[in-house]
Amino acid sequence: MAADKVDPIHQFHIVKLIPINIGGYDLSFTNSALFMVATVAVASAFLYLTTSSRSLVPGRLQSVSEMAYEFVSNMLRDAAGTQGLKFFPFVFSLFMFVLVANLLGLFPYFFTVTSHIIVTFGLAALVIGTVVVYGFMKHGLGFLKLFVPHGVPVFLLPLVVLIEVISFVSRPVSLSVRLFANMLAGHITLKVFSGFVVSLSALGAVGVAGSVLPLAMAVALTALELLVAFLQAYVFAVLTCMYLNDALHPGH
Amino acid sequence: MFVTSAFAEESAPAAEGTAGAGAETHAGTAVPGEAHGTFPPFDPATFPSQLLWLAITFGLFYLFLKRVVMPRLGGIIDVRNDRITQDLDHAAKLKGEADAAVAAYEQELAEAKTKANAIGQQANDAAKAEAETARKKVEAALDKKLGEAEASIASIKANAMKEVGSIAEDTASAIVEALVGGKASKAEIAAAVKSVAR
Repeated sequence: MAADKVDPIHQFHIVKLIPINIGGYDLSFTNSALFMVATVAVASAFLYLTTSSRSLVPGRLQSVSEMAYEFVSNMLRDAAGTQGLKFFPFVFSLFMFVLVANLLGLFPYFFTVTSHIIVTFGLAALVIGTVVVYGFMKHGLGFLKLFVPHGVPVFLLPLVVLIEVISFVSRPVSLSVRLFANMLAGHITLKVFSGFVVSLSALGAVGVAGSVLPLAMAVALTALELLVAFLQAYVFAVLTCMYLNDALHPGH
Repeated sequence: MFVTSAFAEESAPAAEGTAGAGAETHAGTAVPGEAHGTFPPFDPATFPSQLLWLAITFGLFYLFLKRVVMPRLGGIIDVRNDRITQDLDHAAKLKGEADAAVAAYEQELAEAKTKANAIGQQANDAAKAEAETARKKVEAALDKKLGEAEASIASIKANAMKEVGSIAEDTASAIVEALVGGKASKAEIAAAVKSVAR
């Protein structure tokens, strides 16, 4: 495995840990599944244990949980109004899941769940599915008003409706690709620069001296990736809130 | 360089994958699909497994947060907000009470001041009236004494004036005797003295 370090793609490989095969589908418990479980376990344990004392005056860790809670709550209220709060558990779960998965992925040798497009697409499809199902349940065919903006001249309407439909359909794609591409690109860059450190160090004293530069770069990139991990979880949650707002209030 | 190393190390997980997945042709071709250079995140063979485990883990996470964590967090925050509003209300109530106490104190103070002024005024008036009566009494007594004194002075003066007349008559008769050598009648002398004394 020592030679693998230089390959930036290796970290995205799926390895079967417990092979499961049902009806011709490969449903094995893989390293990806393991890290999904780890993400859920870490997030749940953190939220559960830090709030177990229910202090009136919160400690540091309890404040972190409360901050996350109120952060998502305000985000949802700003985007979708108080009616949107019925989706609060959903948005909060999404935010915490993506955030913790991103953060866990920053540890060396850890697998990044959100660097696989099928995972981010699954989450995005869940969001859009919720929007569509809830929109039709709540407003019936009135939900289709979403595609017909007010105050558009009649002769422009077919064109505008077409654009609106395309923009709606591309939402799950953009939502999932944004998160996936950010995590993937960040981790590849990090790996490439770390790989330079290893390769250069193998060249002797001059190489070790020269490897200071990529090392500094790797440190800086780690900080950047930490920011990106937060930012992408935030962006994912904010866009979810805005799409849910469309389901709640389809008229523009 | 990357390509060759990638091929080299991909053979390891691929072999592991085939060994684990058994003889199933589907899984067998799926995992070594990487050997064709498929980028792992775009390898469809891993999709069913990842979706299934995503659904399981995210579903459980959602339920856990919805049932356990969020009621608890919401409860903590609500309790705190309630407590803060309650404390603020309590403080406002106490402040109102303090204000009322200050107002009552000031009112009592003002009442006491007016009362004290009234009592002072009353005492002043009473003292003035008393002094006035005392003064009048003294004045009346003095007036009476003055009257008496004037009366006695008048009587003394009348007596004296009477005696002055007889003395003058005597003196006049003595002077007439010494100068003229004759005796003037008493009646003449008296008339002369009276005319002089007016």
